[in-house]
Amino acid sequence: MLSVQNAYVEFRVAQTKKWPWSPAGIVHAVNGVSFELEAGRTIGIVGESGCGKSTLIRAVAGLAPLVSGTVTLDGEQVDYGNRTSMQRLRATMQMIFQDPIASLNPRMTIREIVTEPLTFFRPEMGAADRKTAALAMLERVGIPPAQANRFPHEFSGGQCQRIGIARALVAEPKVLLCDEPVSALDVSIQAQVVNLLKELQREMGLALVFVAHDLGVVRHISDEVLVMYMGAQMERAPAADLVRAPQHPYAKALLSAVPVPDPNIRIAPQMLEGDLPSPMDLPPGCLFASRCPHAMAKCIKARPPMVQREGHEAACYLLDDASAEQEPCLSDS
Amino acid sequence: MIGAVKRRLNSANFADERAGEMVASRSFWADAGRRFLRNRMAVFSVGMLSVLVLFAIFGNLFSRWSFEEIDWNVLGRIKQDGGPSLENGHWFGVDELGRDLYARVVQGTRTSLLVGFIAGPVSVILGATLGALSGYYGGRFDRTVLGAYTIWLAIPYIIFFVVWQAFFGRSMSQMILVIILVNWTAGLLIVRGQVMMLKNREFVDAARMLGMSDLAIIFRHLAPNVLWVVVIYTSLVIPEVIMMESLVSFLGVGIQEPNTSLGALLSEGASTMTFGTLWQLGFPAAIFVLAQVSLFYIGDGLRDALDPKER
Repeated sequence: MLSVQNAYVEFRVAQTKKWPWSPAGIVHAVNGVSFELEAGRTIGIVGESGCGKSTLIRAVAGLAPLVSGTVTLDGEQVDYGNRTSMQRLRATMQMIFQDPIASLNPRMTIREIVTEPLTFFRPEMGAADRKTAALAMLERVGIPPAQANRFPHEFSGGQCQRIGIARALVAEPKVLLCDEPVSALDVSIQAQVVNLLKELQREMGLALVFVAHDLGVVRHISDEVLVMYMGAQMERAPAADLVRAPQHPYAKALLSAVPVPDPNIRIAPQMLEGDLPSPMDLPPGCLFASRCPHAMAKCIKARPPMVQREGHEAACYLLDDASAEQEPCLSDS
Repeated sequence: MIGAVKRRLNSANFADERAGEMVASRSFWADAGRRFLRNRMAVFSVGMLSVLVLFAIFGNLFSRWSFEEIDWNVLGRIKQDGGPSLENGHWFGVDELGRDLYARVVQGTRTSLLVGFIAGPVSVILGATLGALSGYYGGRFDRTVLGAYTIWLAIPYIIFFVVWQAFFGRSMSQMILVIILVNWTAGLLIVRGQVMMLKNREFVDAARMLGMSDLAIIFRHLAPNVLWVVVIYTSLVIPEVIMMESLVSFLGVGIQEPNTSLGALLSEGASTMTFGTLWQLGFPAAIFVLAQVSLFYIGDGLRDALDPKER
């Protein structure tokens, strides 16, 4: 359905220029991420703030510049410079956003908001049909059609997110990109929205890309989880496996920090020492080496490739048993 | 009595009405209109301004003299005979050259209001469009526009008026044109700031996900959100423009005689005030103050009504 191969995203930052003629700095936001997604399945993307999760899916959607890498949708490679190809992509792939209220135009009624995609993707529909379809979609996500003439500020955050979902799904896309859709909501509302997404996925056969920094939510909704750090993929595994037995040292640290909803359980998050590398000046070796408790000499020299073990894929030399034994950890010496 | 109220509350009509109210929600502009109407002073000013506009359009019908005709009967004896009088038809008296001041005030009001209501909105639209583009695209275009703005601020606009009118002559249309050109910066910064803030909101990304072009996003999605700023700013620029026109007319580079404007009339009145012909200053000044005060109160009311914090 959707396949992303070796995606790289870079931004030029003019502010770092010392003189008007000196070259602009380049922020490497996403560094070689690949994933594949089948219809009806969900991939969760997790990682700490600023690790490039959102940038990755924004690049897939065409909202951020993809410097290299290929995106294949329904077996056809997407050409981000071509308007026809982009319109096909947008009809197939829609997005919901982090801030539910900011994602709705405050000067449009929600009926106008939900009808708008139909004017672009279903131009053959008449105005009356469009209205019927929009109201049906609103009802499906739990907004009474009687309220369709209201403006976004008259709704709560959770309702606004439902309206955002209705807007994304009204033209019946096949892939839904979710950019931290529940981070801005209350916990009880989070569950409602996540369950609504799951129901809609079952009904419409949607493929979901679910970005979040909350592993608990991701574990609940995803079939597969991708762990990112500094814009690179660290580990990719089926959700249950990843939670039970993470392989990559970063995934282990991340999982140890997940809060448990039980006051009697004391969690002992594994503290990471060291600093993050600068995204403007990436080290040649493993991006996590500066904070990794198991860093070895060769981690600093070359970036480890993704290695498969027991259903997991992780970019770490530790998974390569042979090499792990040869060299001692840097922290031991 | 109570029975009637009960019947009304239980009637199907009443239920339908309430249900209709719930369905048809109030838009931002309907709300703003309601708030504006609650502001007594602003509503009164709208009435006052309407009277002034009617005066400028139809005032001539009540005048016995034209604005360029010289009344030779009073010419030599303006201080004694030229004052406001009902007998000879000079309601506001005559000016220094014996022309009917009432007709001239009507004509001047017409000029000033026309300049204000054409040059004001047009220059705000110009500035707001530039500001929206510059805020949306940013980068080099933004820097160029801001640079031009800064340089423009450093040029005294009176010089621009003098030079322009020396080249292209003094007429109403040239006056309006040059005021628009001088005021191209009106609303530029404030709209630019609003657009810079709004363009990062996620509904812009959502619009982009529909395949909308940049211009469509600016005019369909962003413009309705900055319209309130533009409306408020226009209401402030109109009196400013009238003031600017009066100032340059006062200095003598404005409208060509025998046409006149409020500023030119004020200038003539002020130059003769020591001769005891105070009505020549008083009537134009009263009209001018009336127009300015009501325009400012309307602007004030609009600002209170449209400010989104009030919502």
